Amino acid sequence: MAAHRVSPSLNRLLFAVKYASFQSGGCAVHCNAQYSTVHSPSEKTFDKILIANRGEIACRVMKTCHKMGIQTVAVHSDVDSSAVHVKMADEAVCVGPAPTSKSYLNMDAIMDAIRATGAQAVHPGYGFLSENKEFAKRLAAEGVAFIGPDTHAIMAMGDKIESKLIAKAANVNTIPGYDGVVKTAEEAVKIAQDIGYPVMIKASAGGGGKGMRIAWNAEETREGFRFSSQEAASSFGDDRLLIEKFIDNPRHIEIQVLADKHGNALWLNERECSIQRRNQKVVEEAPSTFLDPVTRRAMGEQAVQLAKAVQYSSAGTVEFLVDSKKNFYFLEMNTRLQVEHPITECITGLDLVEQMIRVAKGYQLQHKQEDIPINGWAIESRVYAEDPYKSFGLPSIGRLSKYQEPLNLSNVRVDSGIQEGSDISIYYDPMISKLVTYGATRAEALARMEDALDNYVIRGVTHNIPLLREIITHPRFISGDISTNFLPEVYPDGFKGHQLDLDTRRELLASAAALYITAQLRSQKVLAIAAITAMAHLHGYIRVEVDGGKVEVSGQWNLASPLLPLTINGTHRTLQCLSRDASGRILLQYLGTSFKVRVLSKLAAEFNSYMPEKVPEDTSSILRSPMPGTVVAVSVKPGDPVAEGQEICVIEAMKMQNSLTAVKQAKVKSVHCKPGETVGEGDLLVELE
Amino acid sequence: PSTLVRIPSFLFAVRAHPLLLLRDCRWYSVSHLSVKERIDKKRTAALVGGGQKRIDAQHKKGKLTARERVELLLDPESFVESDMFVEHRCSDFGMEQDRNKFPGDSVVTGRGRINGRLVYVFSQDFTVFGGSLSGAHAQKICKIMDQAMTVGAPVIGLNDSGGARIQEGVESLAGYADIFLRNVMASGVVPQISLIMGPCAGGAVYSPALTDFTFMVKDTSYLFITGPDVVKSVTNEDVTQEELGGAKTHTTVSGVAHHAFENDVEALLNVREFFNFLPLSNQDPAPMRECHDCSDRLVHSLDTIVPFETTKAYDMLDIIQTIVDESDFFEIMPSYAKNIVVGFARMNGRTVGIVGNQPKVASGCLDINSSVKGARFVRFCDAFNIPIITFVDVPGFLPGTAQEYGGIIRHGAKLLYAFAEATVPKITIITRKAYGGAYDVMSSKHLRGDVNYAWPTAEVAVMGAKGAVQIIFRGKENQAEAEAEYVEKFANPFPAAVRGFVDDIIEPSTTRKRICRDLEVLASKKQINPWKKHANIPL
Repeated sequence: MAAHRVSPSLNRLLFAVKYASFQSGGCAVHCNAQYSTVHSPSEKTFDKILIANRGEIACRVMKTCHKMGIQTVAVHSDVDSSAVHVKMADEAVCVGPAPTSKSYLNMDAIMDAIRATGAQAVHPGYGFLSENKEFAKRLAAEGVAFIGPDTHAIMAMGDKIESKLIAKAANVNTIPGYDGVVKTAEEAVKIAQDIGYPVMIKASAGGGGKGMRIAWNAEETREGFRFSSQEAASSFGDDRLLIEKFIDNPRHIEIQVLADKHGNALWLNERECSIQRRNQKVVEEAPSTFLDPVTRRAMGEQAVQLAKAVQYSSAGTVEFLVDSKKNFYFLEMNTRLQVEHPITECITGLDLVEQMIRVAKGYQLQHKQEDIPINGWAIESRVYAEDPYKSFGLPSIGRLSKYQEPLNLSNVRVDSGIQEGSDISIYYDPMISKLVTYGATRAEALARMEDALDNYVIRGVTHNIPLLREIITHPRFISGDISTNFLPEVYPDGFKGHQLDLDTRRELLASAAALYITAQLRSQKVLAIAAITAMAHLHGYIRVEVDGGKVEVSGQWNLASPLLPLTINGTHRTLQCLSRDASGRILLQYLGTSFKVRVLSKLAAEFNSYMPEKVPEDTSSILRSPMPGTVVAVSVKPGDPVAEGQEICVIEAMKMQNSLTAVKQAKVKSVHCKPGETVGEGDLLVELE
Repeated sequence: PSTLVRIPSFLFAVRAHPLLLLRDCRWYSVSHLSVKERIDKKRTAALVGGGQKRIDAQHKKGKLTARERVELLLDPESFVESDMFVEHRCSDFGMEQDRNKFPGDSVVTGRGRINGRLVYVFSQDFTVFGGSLSGAHAQKICKIMDQAMTVGAPVIGLNDSGGARIQEGVESLAGYADIFLRNVMASGVVPQISLIMGPCAGGAVYSPALTDFTFMVKDTSYLFITGPDVVKSVTNEDVTQEELGGAKTHTTVSGVAHHAFENDVEALLNVREFFNFLPLSNQDPAPMRECHDCSDRLVHSLDTIVPFETTKAYDMLDIIQTIVDESDFFEIMPSYAKNIVVGFARMNGRTVGIVGNQPKVASGCLDINSSVKGARFVRFCDAFNIPIITFVDVPGFLPGTAQEYGGIIRHGAKLLYAFAEATVPKITIITRKAYGGAYDVMSSKHLRGDVNYAWPTAEVAVMGAKGAVQIIFRGKENQAEAEAEYVEKFANPFPAAVRGFVDDIIEPSTTRKRICRDLEVLASKKQINPWKKHANIPL
């Protein structure tokens, strides 16, 4: 190993480091989790199952089907015809065009597919038709098994007011509140005073945070009542509202239950899902750091009581809010397989999909409550194609130009339904994968997660790995001090990426310098120039001086690899080189966040100081789409005067409507979009004068 | 925030500098001291060009000086200057006075190395008479060009000149012609690169125009035959310098320049990178650089890149970037005639020229501009032993009066000619459409393509199904049925494959692996065109 000593009189490099947002991203579902239960081939279930879903969950279900020797049928939209779940299935049927309402929610087409393929059962996955009682009914009418609970359970748990009443009757702790429909604003104020502020007003048919308001006094209650009923009416076509006590700073902890058709039910421990943004989960873990065995048992038993009360069968999840004093309150029950089920599988060793299929066939549960262990710790990060710098995640789309899951690491499970070359389109959920790590202890699982995130190569779409890595390494998260307000509390001004301190800054600069040198040296390694190759022997050991501090960087330098496994001053770190150009601009992913570094020789840096700063284009007169999506409405036409903050148009992307407003008072010069059009990120929408 | 970071100097070979040698010589006799003093004085004067004030003015304009540019372009300490003592010989209009004499005159010339590889350089000095071209100036440039030809090394010209030295009259004009002649003689012998870093107007523009590649610096460089004032007086058009001959105009509208860079520093660093792709002369093979990218790497994403709908576009750059080494593609003319993509890359370390139709722009059709762009690039590659990889997805030539009146026939013929005459290794991949005459043009088997592949999505046919059916079944019913039959018969790679017009139908993911393997075999390709004085390309 040839070490190159740095002497002060020699060349120097200048770095200008700027924080930068990320730019650009196969393999089939792979699972390292070891299930403790072994499927018995003598236990006959179904010959053929249709999976009425797409993406990772379809692949996940098929994996278990393959293990159980069951034929699989995929359904897909036309744009998904070469998707991974289609390739994985034994048969595939196209059920319509891209929009979900015409394909994955198209019950007629799916029923036709079932008839055409002769599938005996349907696994709905999550979302889409998984909690649709109509669908379950139609299956039952044709004698096709629905791999999920019976219709009555779906119906009972599907309505917030009804489910709360049932829970209360089953002696499950519920949030103090009014159990009926609130009719007027004044009635709402009276109820709120009875319960005690703060209160939450929410839509009975609601979900996903829509139609939800928090009120701390009478005035806010009146206002909240008005807004919520409007939103509920427009979003769900049902303006019924309920009022309950608002639990401040709660944790979201849920219990996985598993029940059969013979009255047996088990609780499979909890999942901590407090890390959320806009009521959507980001990082989950099992078990929770917060629960003691007594609370766990109490929650588990209540969950089972509820399941039994509705004659629940199959896998389901009872969600609770837990306050700081470990009081827990029933929130809702999800009558389907949950997104985050893999972490429960990791700690219990059960294959939940296998159990669901068995139960659907009418078998009794194989396990007793005392057979359910908590083995180790599992963490799940939801890797999304979204920009974490915009309100903790605005959807992004694109083609995964490069995609490599960190499956070379041990105890890593990646559930995904995409591969290199896949398109993340505006039509579907932007989830890339669920990254699960498992360890004997929480610390071990967390360390693996860090490593896994660093080794995850995604190019072509913006993704949320910077945020995920910051969350799992944040002292508050590590200590278990979390709540559903974690993100807004920790990042009150929005997520800004990893903040460098003196040491990490040094490491980053040294790595960039070392990479630059390696590339420069390689440029001299041209065939037939013997004089040069002699001095280019470099086995990856480079000593760099940054601000007087010495940093040693070593590694196997491969300039073609997206991953840079380096040892920096003795610490092992995996960096990723996202791009580098001839002008010394290097984009490095370091500690999850991508940083723009400019490496110049001393001479070039000196000359660069003469170069003029170029003024970027004035963008205040130009409205560009901040994300890919569909134009829902254009509120202006050429010649219209607009005030600052006035809505100009609305873009819908992945279930979200975003209103774009004018940044200054002006007149509309031209409009470049019309409702119904799909637009890409950065597309010109409207020009102002 | 900026930080100083030290890195080792082993990067750069130290080479002896003639100036240093002289300074160390202590054995001059007393009688020679005055000469030595004069030498030192002249050298010192040469190093500051037009003086500190003009250097400051140059910096203020955001431009580097001639010497700074050379220093940054070449490896540290590798520059060997020639003709530092040359002065202009004009004696009219007071030019003979001492204060109007500058050692080296208005150009810095010499040789040096870029990543250890030899190159000749001239750099016009705007601080001396606005970089204007005197007889002496031209003579200096000619000298290094002659040397470059003798030893077989590229020439890089850094242009920053107000034009002819008016005071010298016809001598200046003669100087231009001397340079033009050498540009022409060197064409196809050594690579010639022009970097326009300031004004370049009038006759002066023809030197860059004759070289292989012209790069410009945004906002500070201009190329035009006649400036805005003359334009106004002759045609009464109001036009700014930037609009008339700025980097944007020449890289997007006229196609005169091949690339534009933000500023001097970026331009020079990029030229260094670009230089790495080029062979030193037509006697040298395409350079082979150490490669870290596996030659048998499978590119799975290519299996799904061509959309099912034949009318849907995709980005040919995505294909190119995933196939070549380390996604490193130096695109030539990225903003001009974007329906064809050309540029340099490496396959398993070896430089290759890439030509690809771009379905994303105008469906990737061939028109006048794209044909000329492609043809010139192909001819450069052929002249300098650079293998050509062609990616084909072309629906045909662009129809219309604009194209016909503009002479698409003779311009399209240029691309056809260039592919046909090329004797370097030629590998062609048909990714989707290869329709009509454009199929023949795009490095087809018939034009001596060495290896021609088709992806399963390829359609080699005289035209698209709809048009074909309208002709074959004119006036008949059941057009839709006939169209389906046509698609079944011709909209696939088989008609070409059964005739041997493509050598194989390959899985897209294996494309890189196959190209690398084929290039290894083709490295020893020998093909000689019949003797001729020179060919007669349809200009």
